[in-house]
Amino acid sequence: MGKKKLITFWRIVHTGMVNFARNISLAIAAMAIMVVTLTIVLFSLIINDTFSHTIYQITSKIDISVYLKDSVNQQQTAKLLGEIRSLSNVQSAAYLSKAQALKVYEAQNSSNQQLIQAVQETNNPLPATIIIKPRNLNDLSSIKSFLSLPAVNKLQTDPPSYSGQEKQAIDRITHATNVLREIGVVAVIVFAVVSVLIIFNTIQMAIFNRRDEIQIMRLLGASTSYIRGPFIVESIIYGVVSAMISVLIINEAFQASSTTLQASSLGLLDIGYANQFFTDKFLVLLILEVVLGIVIGAVSSLIATRRYLKFKSR
Amino acid sequence: MILLDRVSKTYSKDTKPSLDRVSLHVEPKEFVIVVGQSGAGKTTLLRLLTREERQTTGKIIVGGIDYDKLKDREIPLLRRKIGVVFQDFKLLPNKTIFENVAFALEMVGMGNKEIRNTVPKVLDIVNLTGKEDNMPIQLSGGERQRVAIARAIVRQPKILIADEPTGNLDPKHAWDVIKILEKINRYGTTVLLTTHNQEIVNRLKRRVVTLKDGRVVSDRANAGYKI
Repeated sequence: MGKKKLITFWRIVHTGMVNFARNISLAIAAMAIMVVTLTIVLFSLIINDTFSHTIYQITSKIDISVYLKDSVNQQQTAKLLGEIRSLSNVQSAAYLSKAQALKVYEAQNSSNQQLIQAVQETNNPLPATIIIKPRNLNDLSSIKSFLSLPAVNKLQTDPPSYSGQEKQAIDRITHATNVLREIGVVAVIVFAVVSVLIIFNTIQMAIFNRRDEIQIMRLLGASTSYIRGPFIVESIIYGVVSAMISVLIINEAFQASSTTLQASSLGLLDIGYANQFFTDKFLVLLILEVVLGIVIGAVSSLIATRRYLKFKSR
Repeated sequence: MILLDRVSKTYSKDTKPSLDRVSLHVEPKEFVIVVGQSGAGKTTLLRLLTREERQTTGKIIVGGIDYDKLKDREIPLLRRKIGVVFQDFKLLPNKTIFENVAFALEMVGMGNKEIRNTVPKVLDIVNLTGKEDNMPIQLSGGERQRVAIARAIVRQPKILIADEPTGNLDPKHAWDVIKILEKINRYGTTVLLTTHNQEIVNRLKRRVVTLKDGRVVSDRANAGYKI
């Protein structure tokens, strides 16, 4: 019995491969569509990650500065620093002494000699500063409320500044980045769903073309799995081949024209990063595409053959 | 072997039944010819026997299997017991002649060696040696008909159903096909043949069941053609 099953399994695989070769024109038509849709999915995945990366780069530059009074001593600073770092939404907190703050100020305004002169003539007016990088820009309230505690407020010369700008600006950026991120995720999902539908339709058409074959095998008394098996094998081959071609296309696109791509994206996209992401994740993306191709192919042919395999009822 | 008890079949769109209370009893190893004009219900009768269609009322028992008790997943097993030669051949277009015949054996899990031994013998019986690697489309109507027969008999079924197997053939080839059916019948297979070829019926001198408007109007042994 076991041997018989093995023979049957091998026959199904073999028949699937032979059918693939014999129906090559149909196979090419179906695979062309699969390649296009899978390429779009892969492309949108890469773009989405690149966007996220760009957004991360923007938001990581946003920080909160806390200005300390000159009278605050080292112990108090260390204690305050420890408390800030223990807040859940704080990614890091760095301390700049008065001297360091001056250096940073001079570096930032190196082109404006007058300003630098003015600062140097006085006795370093810049306060010691704690720079906080938050984890989540959307939820600064815990940091804000901590900084406005009377005990903490007492140590500060000025109210804390958000990146030296107003909170509103930060809010706008965070809002925009969130929207972009959501658009990216939605786009990936939409493209994935659309390609699943298109591929499903393509395979359904391919099988519709060969419904007679299924019905004949049915009449001869072949079992459901023996009829269906080769179609599923064939669709899996479609999926594997299409996935590999689509990965190759993206690969070629990056190699051949990354400068053109960079120019055409108007600098909105960091193509260098996209390329790096693709190279780093090449294997993962390839496997993902192949698995996607296999699953869509197998499920589509499973569903598409079903109606021709049904028995008549009374 | 085959038992039909007051079987009727009305297709959903029609009001008139295609088969009307047909009763028929075929003994093992019998050779029965079903005659009748187009639309008399011959093909419907065969489709009920292969369970391509289900009877509206009545009882069908073939080889001890009661069709009312047959579950869907048992239908393939039933069909494997019955060899069928279809009017329109129903060859698999993407398979060679050898593969078409071998398919009937492959689907039941027969070993490759046995298949390679069996198929040429059957192709020899139907005179198709040398055509193994052709595709169905490369063959003439008569040759395709013989492939269909080879496929139907390769598993040595207890029952062989042949629906107008001579319908598309010239008289000489038609008679060749009938001789093959007779040969199979001599080896012990029950044969049910439908035809409207008068000459064949007269030469065969077998039991003839005549259908008209879905009813059995006559059932005679050693009969000639008469409608």
